[in-house]
Amino acid sequence: MSDVLLRGVSVAYESNVAVSGFDLAVAEGEWVSLIGPNGAGKTSILRALARLVPFTGEVRIGGTQVTALSGRELARRVAVVMQDPHMPSGMTVSQYVMLGRSPHLNYFGREGGADRTVVADILDRLSLLRLAARSLDQLSGGERQRTAIARALAQEAPVLLVDEPTTSLDVGRQQEVLELIDGLRAERGLTVVAAMHDLTLAGQYADRLALLVGGRLVIEGAPSEVLTEASIASHYGAQVRIFDMNGSGRAVVPIREERR
Amino acid sequence: MTVARSAIATPMLPGLPRLPWLWALVGVLTLLAAATVGVLVGPVHLSLQTVIAALLEPVPIIGGGTVDPSQSTILWSLRLPRVVLGAAVGGMLAIAGAAYQGAFRNPLADPYLLGAAAGANLGATLAIAFAPGTTLIGVNVVPMAGFAGAAAAVGAAYVLGRTVTGVRNTTGLILAGVAMAAFFNAIQTFVQQSQTSTIRQVYSWILGRLVTAGWDGVGLVLPYIAISVIVILLHRRLLDTLSVGDDEVTSLGISARRVRLIVVIAATLGTAAAVAVAGTIAFVGIIVPHTVRLLVGRSYRVVVPLSLLFGAAFLVLADALARTVVAPAELSIGVITAFVGAPFFIVVMRSTRAAEL
Repeated sequence: MSDVLLRGVSVAYESNVAVSGFDLAVAEGEWVSLIGPNGAGKTSILRALARLVPFTGEVRIGGTQVTALSGRELARRVAVVMQDPHMPSGMTVSQYVMLGRSPHLNYFGREGGADRTVVADILDRLSLLRLAARSLDQLSGGERQRTAIARALAQEAPVLLVDEPTTSLDVGRQQEVLELIDGLRAERGLTVVAAMHDLTLAGQYADRLALLVGGRLVIEGAPSEVLTEASIASHYGAQVRIFDMNGSGRAVVPIREERR
Repeated sequence: MTVARSAIATPMLPGLPRLPWLWALVGVLTLLAAATVGVLVGPVHLSLQTVIAALLEPVPIIGGGTVDPSQSTILWSLRLPRVVLGAAVGGMLAIAGAAYQGAFRNPLADPYLLGAAAGANLGATLAIAFAPGTTLIGVNVVPMAGFAGAAAAVGAAYVLGRTVTGVRNTTGLILAGVAMAAFFNAIQTFVQQSQTSTIRQVYSWILGRLVTAGWDGVGLVLPYIAISVIVILLHRRLLDTLSVGDDEVTSLGISARRVRLIVVIAATLGTAAAVAVAGTIAFVGIIVPHTVRLLVGRSYRVVVPLSLLFGAAFLVLADALARTVVAPAELSIGVITAFVGAPFFIVVMRSTRAAEL
């Protein structure tokens, strides 16, 4: 059974249709990346999955319609790493990561020793323990992204939604973050749905890619099927060369015609 | 997914907010000191021994009848209710300010953000102008009208904000509050100017006073303030959670809208009760939470309880000053809170990390 299932999902912001009739099934432990040009509807699909935006159609997590779940139940099944999460200045790393325990607390509940153990484990796994008492505004870009992931992991949800996880990171930090997510997926059996701009990285880490254009799914499959020069020229309007990296994925390289 | 538990010792995970007990103790001692000053200061001199003896008077065995009855009356009927009311109002305005700042993620928010002051002023002005001296079920109608005006203004702002801009938009709600405050202020000014014989009384009410405080006044507002304070204290973890933004809060399984609504209702209820008996005392709801934030930390788990203590102490001291600066006359307490509070706040800002506000 699919861990994540979207059937005929449409999202509209007032009169603007962002996603139209979108179908996708993601198996448990699978990584599917949503790719597509700006405004294709990638983020809107993630927001529908997390029930952060009204939608029509069917969205199921672990076989249950998300509309049938309470907010807390949904947050125990789906964790989201936002593209640019708001990190309040003055709040510490451990305090921010501890917010991830909210779905496991009653309305007036307080975190206990078990919650601190979970947070400490995650901080340790993500090499953030030494930064536990540091204020969020004193973190580098890579540290901020790891902290955002740590906050999502603290929810202990089986499905992780990640929106543009490598934006504004240098190439080293991009690899670091994606390796981290992939390692966590392997360790904890996470199902990952990510919206990604970088096609090379998307193809290297995802099991499958779903290419959206104008809110519609145009092609879905293994990276080798989706990342072709023809499809990228057609849907992105970009001239690229694609190089097979001998088992290390496919590199998508933009080319520029020589000036005469 | 379940995280494999490691052998890391966790109870002392650094960086988690804890109530600094030393600051809490300082707050309690400051409040006690302020209360002591509050009962000692006044036109009739009361010594500390007299106050202690009068306080112990009703206690069996150790209490005795050695206190001058007139001094005992001054303490029990004038000074003590005034100190208790000052502490309740000051604590309420400060904790409501902290609650509003957390609920709206806006450091400039104060308890009057959604029009509570304007509504209370209009209610009280109408009562003073058109029903002076009237009582309703044995209670003066002015505080009741102030309470009703404050609640009506905030309720109208909430409905307006929700109808026009949607429930998720806090900016829209704040703008609705600004609009309602302007509207209520316009009516209040019109009534005030058309009833010139009551201008002095209205103006005195607006600036805030604890002059008429008695146990009746205390009994009138304490239940509302107690409920409000308890609800806000119970929400201090959730106020911290709200600081990451509505989408993230929702993704954590918490309804930001529900938390905000409950906190705003509780803070408004307490604020309406406070302004009903003390007028619209300015600045306490801004200055006290920010001073606590600058000195102790930004988590609402710390800011909320300490604002309650220091707000109570601040207003009791401000009232003592209001009674003594131009004795035997009295200054309006709002003049003292702004005149003393503003420079103090600037000193705190200069000596701490004001950038973190």
